[in-house]
Amino acid sequence: MSVLVDKNTRLIVQGFTGKEGTFHATQALAYGTNVVGGVTPGKGGALHLEKPVFNTVADAVKDTGANATVIFVPPPFAADAILEAASANIALIVCITEGIPALDMAKVWATIKNGPSRLIGPNCPGVISPGKCKIGIMPAHIHKEGRVGVISRSGTLTYEAVGQLTALGIGQSTCIGIGGDPIIGTNHTDALKLLLADPDTDAIIMIGEIGGDAEEAAAKYYAESGSTKPIVGFIAGQTAPEGRRMGHAGAIISGSSGKASDKMAAMEAAKITVCKTPAELGASMQSRMREAGLLN
Amino acid sequence: MKIHEHQAKEILAKYGVPVPKGIVAYSVDEAVKAAEELGGGVVVKAQIHAGGRGKGGGVKLAANPQETREKAEKILGMTLVTHQTGPEGRLVQRLLIEEQMPIDKEFYAGIVLDRAIGKLVFMASSEGGMDIEEVAAHTPEKILKEVIEPGMGLQAYQARNLAFGMGIPVGSINAAVQTMQALAKAYEAIDASLAEINPLLLTKDGRIIALDAKIAIDDNALFRHKDLAALRDLSEEDPLEVEASKYGLNYIKLDGTVACMVNGAGLAMATMDIVQYAGGSPANFLDVGGGANEEQIRNAFRILLSDANVKAIFINIFGGILRCDTLANGVVKAARELDVKVPIVVRMEGTNVDLGKQILRESGLNFGLADGMKDGAEKVVALAK
Repeated sequence: MSVLVDKNTRLIVQGFTGKEGTFHATQALAYGTNVVGGVTPGKGGALHLEKPVFNTVADAVKDTGANATVIFVPPPFAADAILEAASANIALIVCITEGIPALDMAKVWATIKNGPSRLIGPNCPGVISPGKCKIGIMPAHIHKEGRVGVISRSGTLTYEAVGQLTALGIGQSTCIGIGGDPIIGTNHTDALKLLLADPDTDAIIMIGEIGGDAEEAAAKYYAESGSTKPIVGFIAGQTAPEGRRMGHAGAIISGSSGKASDKMAAMEAAKITVCKTPAELGASMQSRMREAGLLN
Repeated sequence: MKIHEHQAKEILAKYGVPVPKGIVAYSVDEAVKAAEELGGGVVVKAQIHAGGRGKGGGVKLAANPQETREKAEKILGMTLVTHQTGPEGRLVQRLLIEEQMPIDKEFYAGIVLDRAIGKLVFMASSEGGMDIEEVAAHTPEKILKEVIEPGMGLQAYQARNLAFGMGIPVGSINAAVQTMQALAKAYEAIDASLAEINPLLLTKDGRIIALDAKIAIDDNALFRHKDLAALRDLSEEDPLEVEASKYGLNYIKLDGTVACMVNGAGLAMATMDIVQYAGGSPANFLDVGGGANEEQIRNAFRILLSDANVKAIFINIFGGILRCDTLANGVVKAARELDVKVPIVVRMEGTNVDLGKQILRESGLNFGLADGMKDGAEKVVALAK
C-alpha cells in the first residue's frame, strides 16, 4: 500500500498540451502512471501523447473516470484551474504551479477546504508512490519502492533525502511534496496523519523550512498520537536572515514566529530525530530504523 | 515588493484612509517649497524602505520653511542606520514633507496573512507607535484580532469590535471604523502582503489619521498591477539582487565568504546552513531554479563573482529537470569566459551525474569534486579560509 496515489490512480493533466504539461506527462507515462487524458480549453477532441484532450475538467472526468489531476497552468490561471478541478469533485488535485498570488489562494482554499477534493500544493514537486504512480516533476530514477514516507515543503531537498535513502537501500512508500507557499492544501500535519495511518509506512522523514508554525503543529500531533513510527526531520533556513524571503513565498520569518530554532526544538520535544544538516537524513533514518528493528 | 511611505499613503488615501497633507521632495529646495505650500509647522521624514527612521534621526519637526531647509539639508543625502537597515544603513534620496498633527493618542492597525488558517487577519492595538512584534511578545492581550473572510472584506461590526476594544472614544468610532474598513479594502485591491498603519492617530479634535503607513505588495500578483510595479525603487535594493532578478535568478546577498549556487529554494537554504555548520559563512542565497540554462548559469556566476567578499564557490545541484551535464557545460563555459580565480567545489547528484562529472574533469579547469553535501561544504570552507 501507499497513500494518495497508487496503481488505481487515473490521472488527467491540466495544461496538458503546454511545454511543462507535455514534458511531465511523458515522464509520468514512462514511469507507468495511468495518465488517462488531459485538459486544454479549446483543444478538446484532439489526441496528445496518444491520450484524449478535453475542453473542461468536467468533460474529462465524465469520459475517463479520472480520480486525480495535476495542474501545470501558469500562475494567473492556476487558481481557476484548482477551482475547476474541485468543482468536478476530483479526489486528488496536485498543483505544481509556482507563483500564485496569495489572495487568490486564500479565496480558493476557503472555497474548497470543506469539499471532497484533497489539494496538494501549490508550488510543490508532487506526489510519488515509487513503483506505482508518479504525479509531478520529481526525477523518477532516484526513488525505490519501500516503506519510508517522506514529507517536505521543498522539492530538491526532498530529492536529497530520497537519494540518500535509496543509496542506503531504503525504499519509500510515498513521498509527498506539500509545497512552499504560505497557503497550501495539505500541510505537514495532514500528510503526517496519512503516513502514520498507512500500514505499509514504517518510518517518516519530515522536512520543513522557516516560516509559519506548521512543523511545530505536526510535531505536537505526532507526540499526542502515541505512534511509535520513527521520524527523522530537518529544518532548512537555520542561517537565513530575518524578514527576507528565501525563494519560497512562505519562507519568511516575521517577528518571533517561524524561526528554525523554534521548529527544531518543537520536533525534538516530540522525540523526532532532528538532523543539523540534510546530509545526515539517510544515515539518521537508517540508525532509527535499526534501533526499532525495522531494518537489519 | 516594498514601497515608500509616501506611496503607501497615496494608495491608502485613494481607498478612503485619512492621511496628513504631504508632499514628496527630492531636493532641499523642493522640501522648502513644500513647507511653504503646506504652511505652518511640518514634519521632515526620510523615505527609505526600513522602519525605525525616527530613532535613527530621519524624522524631524520644523516650525517654518527656514527650519525645513536646515532639517532637509541634514537628512537628505545622509546614510540612515536603523535596526532594519543593518550597520551599512541606507542613503536617503527623498523626503516626505507633511503637516504636523495635534496628537492625542496613538493606536495600531495592520493586516497580515495568517498561514495557519489561510485568511487575512486584521490586528489592532491601543499600543500605537511601538514595534508590533514587541507588543506581541510582551503584552499579547493588547493585540485584538478579527479574521477577514476571503472576498467579504472587514465587516463593520468587526471594525467596531476593534475600535471599541482598543479604546477609541465614542465620538471617533465611526471614523475609526471607516478607516479600518478602507485599509482592508485597499489591502485586497492592491494584493498587498503587508499593510500597517502605525501609529494610527487620534487627534485632539477627534479625527482618525494614518500618521505612518507601511505597505508591501505580493510579488506574485504584480502581473496584474502594472501601475504598482512601477513604484519599485531599485535604489533601495541591493544592486546584485536587482541584476539577478533580470535573469530570473533568486539571489539574496549575505555577508559571508562562501558563494553558493544551488537549484531549489529549500536546498539553497540548507546549503547555507551546512556551510555554516562546516565552520564557514555563506556569501549569498542563490536558487537558479529547476530549469536553468547555460546562459542563466553564466549570469549566476558573474553575479556571485561581483561580490568582493567571495573567497570560494560551492555549487550544489540535485539534478532533476536540470540535468547535471547541462549544468557542467554551463559552469565550464562560465569559468573559462569569466576567468574565475577563486576555487570552485562542485557537488552534483541526480540526472546524468556521471556525464556531468566527466565534463568537469575533462575541462582541464581546477574543480574540486565533492562526494555529498557534507564533503562539499567541508572542502569549500577549507578553501575559503
